[in-house]
Amino acid sequence: MSRSARRSLAAVFAVPLALGLASLVGLVAALLGDGLYDGVSWVGLAAPLLVVAWAALRRRA
Amino acid sequence: MPRSQLRAWFLVHKWTSLVCTAFLLLLCLTGLPLVFHEEIDHWIEGEAPLPPVPAETPSRSLDDAVAAALAAYPGERPLYLSFDVDRPVVNVTTGPRARSAAEEMHITAIDRRTAGIVGRLDEEGGVMHVILRLHVDLFAGLPGELFLGFMGLLFFVSLVSGVVVYAPFMRRLRFGTLRLSRSRRLAWLDLHNLLGITTLVWLAVVGLTGVINTLSSPLVAIWRADQLAEMTAPYERLPVPERFAPLQAAVDTAMAAAPGMRPQFVAFPGVRFSSNHHYAVWLRGATPATEQLLTPALIDAETGRLTEMRTMPWYMLVLRLSQPLHFGDYGGLPLKLLWALLDVIAIAVLGSGLYLWIARHREPLERRLDALDRDRVAAGRLPEAAE
Repeated sequence: MSRSARRSLAAVFAVPLALGLASLVGLVAALLGDGLYDGVSWVGLAAPLLVVAWAALRRRA
Repeated sequence: MPRSQLRAWFLVHKWTSLVCTAFLLLLCLTGLPLVFHEEIDHWIEGEAPLPPVPAETPSRSLDDAVAAALAAYPGERPLYLSFDVDRPVVNVTTGPRARSAAEEMHITAIDRRTAGIVGRLDEEGGVMHVILRLHVDLFAGLPGELFLGFMGLLFFVSLVSGVVVYAPFMRRLRFGTLRLSRSRRLAWLDLHNLLGITTLVWLAVVGLTGVINTLSSPLVAIWRADQLAEMTAPYERLPVPERFAPLQAAVDTAMAAAPGMRPQFVAFPGVRFSSNHHYAVWLRGATPATEQLLTPALIDAETGRLTEMRTMPWYMLVLRLSQPLHFGDYGGLPLKLLWALLDVIAIAVLGSGLYLWIARHREPLERRLDALDRDRVAAGRLPEAAE
């Protein structure tokens, strides 16, 4: 395996931070109302699951 | 980060995880069916449709509903009355004493249009009940609840320390790297890191709200001693009323005092959620968030007059909001399905963490830290470089 360059903390945590924010928005949205708010909530909390699926599929490809 | 600090974080992650993992696995496994408890209950018991009545049939008074429940359980007294959201049904809880144990209580569902009994919802036995008790208190009451709360706290510390030790592992890897074919240990390590860091916020929120829920009994006790006692101070020395004023009028008075809110439940005088002299009519707003923000209107049980209505203190609001955020029951079936999938991932995070400990390197921690240090030196940084 070719060792890539050492990454900065910001680079290491960029995706986790984005997923954390998406999760937070998802957790809060459905509390605020129904309909559209529920939809936002589903998308926000689906984000971490989709990223896991992406990582697994990329690995297999 | 200095090596000594990193070493400390590794140890914190290892030990907090080891202590809580078995219990967290139990909580995740029992939590999975509990996410769908409504659906499962309906499926097991079915819900008989309400008998048809002529359109425009007026509702009978709440006092008729209470009388119907008491007729079914002579000698008992009314404790709570709750309102179904989606059908004209109230559920009346009765018991031998104001502070009856849950096992002694009877819950009767009553059709508001006919005051007829449409169901009995007593503290259920069966598999779901066992699962619930395992999840809530390990059949050990308040000590069991607080113990599981402590395990949840350890889980939270393990998440925080997990994030800290995630960084040095990922310094040379792209996000989402899964090295599945090199060694089994490496595969599980990458999986543990990926699943843990992607679901971190959900794990933290569901974990912490679970901890808060275990504090429910103490928090309600504090509320009674604090705000409720203050609101009912003038009644402190009065005897408990022998007869109660009509309930329907009490609920109407409360609703008139809080336009736009609906009653969720009424606590009768003497029970945990009321004073000795009042009907506490717990009102809620219209959105899922304000629905949780209950406001109790205290109605003098003798005169039927409004004594006071005050928003709950912050700790009760936190407790109320912790319930939907832990249960995942506030955004329809899709949210429940997401909750279940995230719960399965939590099980995988716990399981992979356990595997990593069982199949741990025979190499001592010092040597593994050396390897991370070599990495840094190779990158032209001294181990002690501040980060």
